[in-house]
Amino acid sequence: MSRDRTTVALAVVCACLLAAAPVAPQWLVFLLTLALAKGLVVLGLVLLMRTGLVSFGQGLYFGLGAYAAALLGARAGILDGLVMIVAGIATAAAVAAALGLLLARYRDIFFAMLSLAFSMILYGLLVKSSALGSTDGFNLHAKSFAGFALADGVGRRVFYAAAVIAVFAAGLAVHRYLASHYGRLATAIRDNELRVEYLGASVFRIVYANYVAAGALGGLGGALAALAVGHVDPETAYWTTSGEFVFIAVLGGTGNVLAPFLAAGVFEAVRTLASQYAPNVWQMTLGIVMLLLILFLPAGLWSLVAKKRAGT
Amino acid sequence: MVAGREETGRNVNPILVASGVNRSFGAVIAAADINVAVEPEAVLGLIGANGAGKTTFINMVTGYLKPSSGSIRCDGHELTALAPRRVTQLGVSRSFQIPQLFNTLSARENLLVAVGIVAAAAHAWAHSDLSPARAGAATDEMLERFGLAAYRDRPAGLLPEGVRKLLDVAMALVVKPRVLLLDEPTSGVSADEKFAIMDLVMGAVRGVTVLFVEHDMDIVARYAQRVLAFADGRIIADGAPAAVLADAEVRRYVIGEAHA
Repeated sequence: MSRDRTTVALAVVCACLLAAAPVAPQWLVFLLTLALAKGLVVLGLVLLMRTGLVSFGQGLYFGLGAYAAALLGARAGILDGLVMIVAGIATAAAVAAALGLLLARYRDIFFAMLSLAFSMILYGLLVKSSALGSTDGFNLHAKSFAGFALADGVGRRVFYAAAVIAVFAAGLAVHRYLASHYGRLATAIRDNELRVEYLGASVFRIVYANYVAAGALGGLGGALAALAVGHVDPETAYWTTSGEFVFIAVLGGTGNVLAPFLAAGVFEAVRTLASQYAPNVWQMTLGIVMLLLILFLPAGLWSLVAKKRAGT
Repeated sequence: MVAGREETGRNVNPILVASGVNRSFGAVIAAADINVAVEPEAVLGLIGANGAGKTTFINMVTGYLKPSSGSIRCDGHELTALAPRRVTQLGVSRSFQIPQLFNTLSARENLLVAVGIVAAAAHAWAHSDLSPARAGAATDEMLERFGLAAYRDRPAGLLPEGVRKLLDVAMALVVKPRVLLLDEPTSGVSADEKFAIMDLVMGAVRGVTVLFVEHDMDIVARYAQRVLAFADGRIIADGAPAAVLADAEVRRYVIGEAHA
C-alpha cells in the first residue's frame, strides 16, 4: 500500500515540477535542476547505504558524468543534450563496473576511504591536465536536445524538464527494486553477510550491482548538473562534493526514494539563501542544521513525512 | 525415531562421505583422519567435549573451513574446495550455534529473504514464483511449521533465544537441503524447552539427512539413529546410540565432561 503511495507521490510531484517548467522563474528552474541532479546522485548513494555501505567518493561519478558530457561537445563536437546525458551515464557506469570489481570486496571505513581515494585521483588528474582546462575547467553549450534545436533561453528549461523525467524514471526504478526481493536482500546483507552466503546467494554480486547502479546515477546527475550550469570544473570530483552527497543522504534518510530529492531541494535552498544573506557563515548554517537533525530526526527529513502519514 | 529407517541401512549409497579429512590450526589438531559415510535420510548425533572437533567438522563440510587434506563429497559432488554459497546450492545447509539472522528484519522477513534467494537461484523470475503472494505463502507455511507465527512481525534481534534457534533452523531448511547440519540446536535453551524444540525440528526435517551436534545425552539417545563421538579431532566411536553411549572411551572422554 505504501508502495503505491510512493509511486503516486512520485508521479504527482514530477507532474507538478514538469508543469512548472515553462512558467517558473529562471532562478528557480536553475535551483531545482541542480537539486534534482544532486538528488539523483544521492539516490544512488541510498542504494549503497541499504547494503550498509557509505561511499565518500560519489563525486567521482558526478565528475565523470559532467566531464563526459562536456568533452563530447568540446572534443567530438556533439552538442546534443540528450546524447551528452547518455554519455555521462555510460562513462560513469563503465568506470563503476571496473572499480566495483575491487570496491565491492571492501566494507565499512575501508570502502568509504577507497571510494574517496578514487574520486581524489580523478580530481588530481583533472587539476593537472591543462588539456581539460585544469582548475578552471571549461564551458559546454548544448545546441539541441534529442535532435530539436534549442532556442536562446529555452535550454535551461528543457534540461530542467529532462531532469524531472530522469528523476521520475530513476525514482520509479529504484523504488520498484527496493520494494522487491532485492531490496530486502540488501538489508539482509547489511545485517548478516554470512547467512546470505549460507542461503546460497552471492553477496558480492548484489553489492556490485548496487555499486554500478549508484555510479550510473552519479553520472546522470553529473551530466544534468553540467548542462544546467554550462560549465565543468574539477570541483565536481572534489571530496567536499562527495561529502555534500553524503550530507544530503543523511539529511533525507534512506527510507524512501523521494527523500533524496526532498533533502537535495532543502539543501540547495538553504545554500542559496544562506550564501545570499550570510555568505560567510552558510557552511556553519548547514552544520547547525545537520546537528539538529541528528539530534532530533536521526532517520532524516523523511521521517517527518512518514510520521505525518502514520498520524492521518 | 521413524520406524523403517534402520532397514534402509548402510547398504545404500551414502549421501555424504568424508574421507581422510585432516585439519589443524597451528599446533592444534581439530580433525585427524576423519572417515565417515552417511546414508541418506539418517539422523546422526555428533557428541564430544568442547574443542573435540564437532563444529570444525561441520565448518569443513559447509565450506567455512578448508580441510588441510582429505576430501568431502555429497552425492558424488566434491565439496572440499567450495565456498559456502556453492555448498548450499549443492544441497547441504546448516544452522549455527549462535543463530545467524537478519536482526533488523522481522522473523517473517528473515524467511522471505531466504525464500526469495531460493526462488531467484531457481530462475523462477519468469514464472513469477517471486511474486509477493507466492513467497508470502511459502513463508507463512514455514512460520506455522516451526510454531513461529506469533513472532512473525518482531525483529529477529529482539526474539527470545529459543525462538532464534528455531528461526535459524527454519532458514537452513528453506533452501530445501538434502543434508542438514545443526550446530547445537538446543544450546542456550532451558532444559524443559529442549525436547519441544527437537520435536519441532525433527518433525520438520523428515526425509532430510540430519547431523546434529548435541551435549545433552538424553536428546542424543532419543533423536539420533547413529552417533559419532569426537575426541581431540578424531572419531573415537561410531555406531548405534546405545552402543556408543555405553562405550568406555566415550564415557571417559565425552560423557564425563558433558555431565560435569
